[in-house]
Amino acid sequence: MDLSYTDEEEEFRARLREWLASALPGLPGRPDPGDWPGRRAYDTGWQRLLYDAGYAGLHWPADAGGRGATPTQHLIFLEETERAGAPYVGANFVGLLHAGPTIAAEGTAAQRARWLPPVLRGDEVWCQGFSEPEAGSDLASLRTRAVRDGDDYVVSGQKIWTSHAEVADWCELLVRTDPAAPRHRGISWLAMRMDAPGVTVRPLRTLAGSTEFAEMFLDEVRVPVSHRVGEENDGWRVTMVTLSFERGTAFVGEVVACRRTLDALAAEARRSGRWDDAVLRRRLGRLNAEFRALWRLTQWNVSEAQSTGGVPGTGGSVFKLRYSHARQELYEAAAEVLGAGDALDLDREWVLDRLSSLSYTIAAGTSQIQRNIVAERILGLPKGR
Amino acid sequence: MDFRLSEDQRALRTGIRELLAGRFARDRMRATLDGGGGVGRELWRELGAAGLFALRLPGTAGGVGLGLPESVLMFDEIGRSLLPGPLAATELAAGVVKGAAEGEAVVALAEAGRPVGHLAQADALLVLDGDRARVLTGGALRQVLREARPVRSLDPGTPLWRVPDLAAHDGEPLPEGARLRREGALLTAAEQLGSAARSLEAAVQHAGEREQFGAPIGAFQAVKHLCAGMLVRAETARTAVYAAAVTADPVEIAGAKLLADDAAVGNARDCLQVHGGMGFTWEADVHLHLKRAWLRSGQWLTAADAEEVLAADLA
Ligand SMILES: Cc1cc2nc3c(=O)[nH]c(=O)nc-3n(C[C@H](O)[C@H](O)[C@H](O)COP(=O)(O)OP(=O)(O)OC[C@H]3O[C@@H](n4cnc5c(N)ncnc54)[C@H](O)[C@@H]3O)c2cc1C
Repeated sequence: MDLSYTDEEEEFRARLREWLASALPGLPGRPDPGDWPGRRAYDTGWQRLLYDAGYAGLHWPADAGGRGATPTQHLIFLEETERAGAPYVGANFVGLLHAGPTIAAEGTAAQRARWLPPVLRGDEVWCQGFSEPEAGSDLASLRTRAVRDGDDYVVSGQKIWTSHAEVADWCELLVRTDPAAPRHRGISWLAMRMDAPGVTVRPLRTLAGSTEFAEMFLDEVRVPVSHRVGEENDGWRVTMVTLSFERGTAFVGEVVACRRTLDALAAEARRSGRWDDAVLRRRLGRLNAEFRALWRLTQWNVSEAQSTGGVPGTGGSVFKLRYSHARQELYEAAAEVLGAGDALDLDREWVLDRLSSLSYTIAAGTSQIQRNIVAERILGLPKGR
Repeated sequence: MDFRLSEDQRALRTGIRELLAGRFARDRMRATLDGGGGVGRELWRELGAAGLFALRLPGTAGGVGLGLPESVLMFDEIGRSLLPGPLAATELAAGVVKGAAEGEAVVALAEAGRPVGHLAQADALLVLDGDRARVLTGGALRQVLREARPVRSLDPGTPLWRVPDLAAHDGEPLPEGARLRREGALLTAAEQLGSAARSLEAAVQHAGEREQFGAPIGAFQAVKHLCAGMLVRAETARTAVYAAAVTADPVEIAGAKLLADDAAVGNARDCLQVHGGMGFTWEADVHLHLKRAWLRSGQWLTAADAEEVLAADLA
């Protein structure tokens, strides 16, 4: 049990800190949440800065253009960038955390050369076209069809909840290439250009009022066969690789941010006098234990991943379950700190966050689905219905 | 950073697990508890010989010279086994109370306003009053025992006494009372962890064997989700307790105790539910884990105290 960092790791941290201190003051102001082109420019601009400083794709293997950093270094990177108040991955989320690592692991040399550098440089943004109106938790029941026509697939169907679809250049798309095969067998993983003829994006309004995600209609979209990652009909296996990255370390930086929010809540409660309410005070204290433990759980998972060559394990599901509920608890407490009146004011800090936090137990696999995974894959309970 | 257990730590854990499996197997545990609980002196000595109490004493003082993480791993195993006795208080008194390090002495814990466990068997009493600590022995201890009234204890493993007024009894003051209280909380949290893990195992085993509606009940999602929740609780608490053992940070220890108490109590309750009617019987062990978990939740650092420590830490 060693929680100390090696000299090399501390040096990495110190250099990163120094760079953050010099890079952050020059950043432009954050765009309005509803300004999608502005957000894309902001997020990719930050990615470009990281690239130029040598911090892009830190945890990607070196032969995929990454730095081949250890999981611990990646952890330090997430901790320090969050602590410094640096921008979050934002629109680069899917490219950096899902599609990129998947292509690095499963793609051909040509595919890696084509797609990975622009993700690292912030030149191209990806989105994730997995979910469909009739296939959410039960992803393997997806129906979007891809029919081979010469060197192309002709894709028709509908996707939904596609985050960042409005500003994406590419989509990691799951399609059914063999309707006769058993559900999990006839699926393929494609990279689709978002400006291809036949792609229509219709923004959906979230309960927070924003257009975070969209519906995507696909009408005979032609996707070159060479844009398939992995073998035809082997897309489910490729998808499992994608999802393990999604649940692995994707939320680590946010834990640091939650701890900062918690401090801010305590400061606000002290200022307003609500700190004298022992029930509220103790509730914030309990959340302190929660987010500290989540940080330790991350270090535990990273230590495990380090020993198994960097592939995140099922520990990600344990983390995601606990974290998504803790985050909702955090903003419930925030509402109490604000008080009944201010908690209704969308211009007050934390009120929008409270609304956004509602998605955490749904997106990236619902809590119910995570519990199934924990019960069946970690505890070995029988598969059931 | 490598948070995983070292080879030596694994070996230590395996060693104590095997010792307890051999000397405090289930039939022995049930016999002890049916006999009114209390400390088994012989096993207490064996644990002393195995280094449980002297683990953190320096070699020059006849100890093993290891740290809190190792003690935590040992107490984790003890928690699984339901071994009764004031283990944490005795460990903390090693080097202070004669015979504690060797397992010759039993040092009971007395906290203001709470019933005292194992008083009749105690060779010394560690009295905690907030962050002040002192040790009572000899005549003072006998006087406390005379005034004490037995309580019909909720936990069959832990005989309890109510002591009228601890403040009236002088003892030898101990320095660093705050540290003793923290470390006692951490070791107790480790016991809670072992109990939480044991409850999870029992639930998973039962869920895989018991059949209803033509299938093992573990195939039903309602049961599966209870078990998954138990794992999440136990693992979150485990990392909190292990990390607190490494850092010995007061705030982190408070968090560890809070989460470990939750894990032990919550997991025992859910385990009981998974066992159905069986779970409500005296025969199933789950009530023993629940009762002990409740007892430990009220020792060293209660939820209310821990939450205040954690709140005060916020900027
Ligand atoms: C903010 C946000 C962003 C998203 N971004 C993307 C994206 O970019 N790309 C993408 O492809 N998808 C995205 N999603 C979709 C997300 O992955 C799905 O919403 C999620 O997997 C649940 O699917 P569903 O919405 O169809 O709900 P359903 O699957 O219909 O589930 C409804 C309810 O039933 C429960 N349920 C379903 N099956 C089971 C079961 N077997 N056992 C127990 N309970 C069950 C669920 O837990 C849930 O409570 C996003 C979602 C959100 C909220």
